[in-house]
Amino acid sequence: MRLADIQKIAEIEVDFQRAYKYRINVCCSSGCIPLGAINLLKTFQDLVTEHGVIENCLVARTGCVGTCSVGPVVVVEPGDYIYEKVTPEKARKIVIDHIILGLPVKKLLFENKTFIEKQHRLVLRNAGKIDPYRIEDYIASGGYSALVKCLTKLSPQEVIDEIAASGLRGRGGAGFPTAKKWSFVSRAHGSPKYIIANLDEGDPGVFANRTLAEADPHALIEGLLIAGYAIGAEKAFIYTRAEYPLAIDTLKKAINKASELNIIGKNVLGTSLNFDIEIRLGAGAFVAGEETAIIASVEGRRAMPRPRPPYPATAGLWGKPTVIQNVETLANIPLILQNGGAWFSKIGSPNCAGTKCFSITGKINNPGLIEVPMGITLREVIFDIGGGIPENRSLKAVLVGGPSGGCLPDILLDLPIDYESLKTAGAIMGSGGIVAIDDQSCLIDTAKFFIDFCVAESCGKCTPCRVGLVKIKEIFKKIMQGEGKIEDINLLSKLSTFITETSLCGLGQTAPNPVLTTLRYFKQEYVEHLVDRSCKADKCFKENKGVNIN
Amino acid sequence: MDKNKKPTFATVWLSGCSGCHMSFLDLDEALIEIANKVQLVYSPLIDIKEFPEQVTITLVEGAIANEEQLSMIKKVRTRTSILVALGDCAVTGNVTALRNTEIDGDKKVLKRAFIETSDINPQIPNEVSKLLKKVYPLHEKIPVDYYIPGCPPSPENILYFLTELLAEKSPQVEKRTKFG
Amino acid sequence: MTNEPINLTIDNIKVTAKQDTTILEVAKQYGINIPTLCELEGLSSYSGCRLCLVEIRGSTKLFAACTTPVTSGMEITTNSDKLKEYRKITLSLLLSERTHICSVCVANGNCELQDLSNELGVDHVPFEREWTNHTLDSGHNFLVIDRNRCILCTRCIRVCQETEGAHTLDLKNRGKDAQITIDFDALWKNSSSCTSCRKCAKVCPTGAIYVDDDFISKTKDKNIANFLLKRRQL
Ligand SMILES: Cc1cc2nc3c(=O)[nH]c(=O)nc-3n(C[C@H](O)[C@H](O)[C@H](O)COP(=O)(O)O)c2cc1C
Ligand code: SF4
Ligand code: SF4
Ligand code: FES
Repeated sequence: MRLADIQKIAEIEVDFQRAYKYRINVCCSSGCIPLGAINLLKTFQDLVTEHGVIENCLVARTGCVGTCSVGPVVVVEPGDYIYEKVTPEKARKIVIDHIILGLPVKKLLFENKTFIEKQHRLVLRNAGKIDPYRIEDYIASGGYSALVKCLTKLSPQEVIDEIAASGLRGRGGAGFPTAKKWSFVSRAHGSPKYIIANLDEGDPGVFANRTLAEADPHALIEGLLIAGYAIGAEKAFIYTRAEYPLAIDTLKKAINKASELNIIGKNVLGTSLNFDIEIRLGAGAFVAGEETAIIASVEGRRAMPRPRPPYPATAGLWGKPTVIQNVETLANIPLILQNGGAWFSKIGSPNCAGTKCFSITGKINNPGLIEVPMGITLREVIFDIGGGIPENRSLKAVLVGGPSGGCLPDILLDLPIDYESLKTAGAIMGSGGIVAIDDQSCLIDTAKFFIDFCVAESCGKCTPCRVGLVKIKEIFKKIMQGEGKIEDINLLSKLSTFITETSLCGLGQTAPNPVLTTLRYFKQEYVEHLVDRSCKADKCFKENKGVNIN
Repeated sequence: MDKNKKPTFATVWLSGCSGCHMSFLDLDEALIEIANKVQLVYSPLIDIKEFPEQVTITLVEGAIANEEQLSMIKKVRTRTSILVALGDCAVTGNVTALRNTEIDGDKKVLKRAFIETSDINPQIPNEVSKLLKKVYPLHEKIPVDYYIPGCPPSPENILYFLTELLAEKSPQVEKRTKFG
Repeated sequence: MTNEPINLTIDNIKVTAKQDTTILEVAKQYGINIPTLCELEGLSSYSGCRLCLVEIRGSTKLFAACTTPVTSGMEITTNSDKLKEYRKITLSLLLSERTHICSVCVANGNCELQDLSNELGVDHVPFEREWTNHTLDSGHNFLVIDRNRCILCTRCIRVCQETEGAHTLDLKNRGKDAQITIDFDALWKNSSSCTSCRKCAKVCPTGAIYVDDDFISKTKDKNIANFLLKRRQL
């Protein structure tokens, strides 16, 4: 295949799709499959045949729409009607009323306008809209046109300049400017150069990257190709975990299809670019998402971080210059090159362009996966999009940034979400987990929960994280059993700061965040536990009741 | 400290092998010097049954292993101005605390001592104080002012600490804290 | 890269260093003592113990002296009150992690952990101890590993892999459960890769690996890795 063929595929596919008046998109990603999505897909296919509307209505398997709490989800186009909790019976009604009679079934619709309106779906533009198994669908929606543009019109340096103009920063947590990383590697001595797409996503309760890979694998592949072209790399690894079977399967098929069409491989689309993508599976450890640990793992060693410098940009995989990029970052790349860096830089907030995907969970009415412009406030996320707290309870805190994020109080709800504001408040962007905590929760219990997670996930290399976190955990245990002393507040704070400052990698450096932020914003709750032996949420002092503690 | 009156001084023996006390006695002639500066009010070395109301300096040998020792050390703490943990058992738990590595170490240690190794009439006596589930170094149960680790601490170190404390100075711990 | 010497200061002392040297190497050349545990000359650096952290002016972060290369104009502090405090915490954490009872340890008097505690003034451990009870592996003819004394510095792993080339030892499990393992979790006597060279016992900073019936002062040899490395480079 040659460059011009992409355009041809797009035209054919667009014509093919235009022939249909309706399109029924059945979400078949990891969230909806356990709820019977695959059967539902078959049901819809049978129904349109049965009712003789198969020429009028296309039934497509797609990725996730984001309203995971009301699955299985089905979207009918045109008009993006989202149907929630669809059963075979409801499917029949949808086909008869909506497709045949042209009357959307109001009472089966997912009714939350702000959930949709406040979002800005760039990275997830295709999620729930295209069939991830059909490359034609991706191409018809503008896919691979950015690659063609790069290969025909832009030099590698111009690609990097465009990314620089966009202001894109890494979505994997640290927010490092992507163009800067690419320049380092493109200028670095040593070859070959490598790219690693970070799809490890070890934070509990976070599934944005998985969703992306399941819903729009070619966006990731196109992002990798453009990155390869820009920095002069011919080989990329997608690093993911064995617990993501659907994402792996989707990606594998997408890679195979792209190879068939010569979009990857030798002489990509007839140009001089050679590019190969290989999937590497980790055993699923949180720390394996850390960039130097990934390198070790891809090389076949234990996923343990090492000190930087040297940075992967100069000495990464097998000692060669390597770009490690989060998959969400990569999925932004094609868009930026299609529409220009200037366009992208206007989205989001001034020092933080673009959007960010968040998995919102916890005590919230509409848990799910959302994509919002940077700079949106926590209040909008929790109340407008998330629909507020269930059972008329009030919000007590929001944990932003996953297990090593910060517990922020409701007075900070108007905090704009961007890397800097979050950092000042004691939280981190992380890989985009937002957990709503209601007034029935004990924050001591919550903080301990996350410390437990990090204790279990510490790789064991460095003393502060390996041993220090266990000590924090023990102090919490004592507090919760009523054996705590008021001095424990100081001890916790001292140890937490120590671990933050002395740990080797980001895991240890951020693990105490839930402790530090609860101490900072909810000290009173510690005092209540330690002095009054009272836990308003009634979570503590259970195990040890009535036992004499010397 | 009251300049006119000699400071009071006590030593306490909890769960330890008495080696720390031996090491203290190993101060030899320096003991005389110390004896001139303090008034010894309580010690296993002398015959006084009740720990006095107010003691300036107390050296404590041994870990806390049973209930009696726990209440004793709490009393000692409230009645002492400067409490010094003397030796590894008091500072770390040491050999006394080895039973902490076993589940039900308290029961196992009794069984070993009174049943398995007994030649005649094996039985666990009930007049000994009830063992705590775990053995604790002093600072895990009460605030401790100074630590002199060592198994036993060297007489030189004990002398250094006492001299400094009696001169109302803070002893330097770096390079003087050898465990074991 | 140029070969021009680099000028910097360590604890306000002006020093000159070659390109590509670490802070620790430069400090050593100038007789400035930075405490270390995992680092051993002649082996690759690990940067795990975090004892060698130093401050660099202009950054709020701390840097491991054993792996951070010097750059021109650096102003390094190796001994601030905060660093001293942190080193004590680090040692205390190591002492509390497993069953370190010096008085009954083969390495009593010949242990780097014990020596550093003494030197840096760790007179007690402010954290509860774990009192681990890992089984002793003493079936080998003379090599013994007592994991209750291991501080996971991985010197033994590195000397076995890098100097001896046997790669008998490695890490298994993670976090607090991390353990030195022999072959694929074998008992030492059953190891098919161990050459019984004793290098692990020579470099182990504590009493975790030792040679039975040998005076530990005789067994230990911190220079072995560097010595062999230099020999091989001749
Ligand atoms: C403990 C730990 C876990 C991490 N996990 C992930 C992860 O799952 N996915 C990810 O993209 N980045 C993760 N990171 C961040 C990566 O190290 C790295 O910064 C990122 O992949 C760079 O890509 P970006 O510039 O596109 O954000 C993790 C970092 C740490 C310290
Ligand atoms: S901070 Fe934790 S996870 Fe990171 S290297 Fe240290 S022990 Fe491993
Ligand atoms: S056995 Fe010794 S050398 Fe090996 S990791 Fe443990 S303490 Fe270090
Ligand atoms: S000596 Fe540098 S981290 Fe251990």
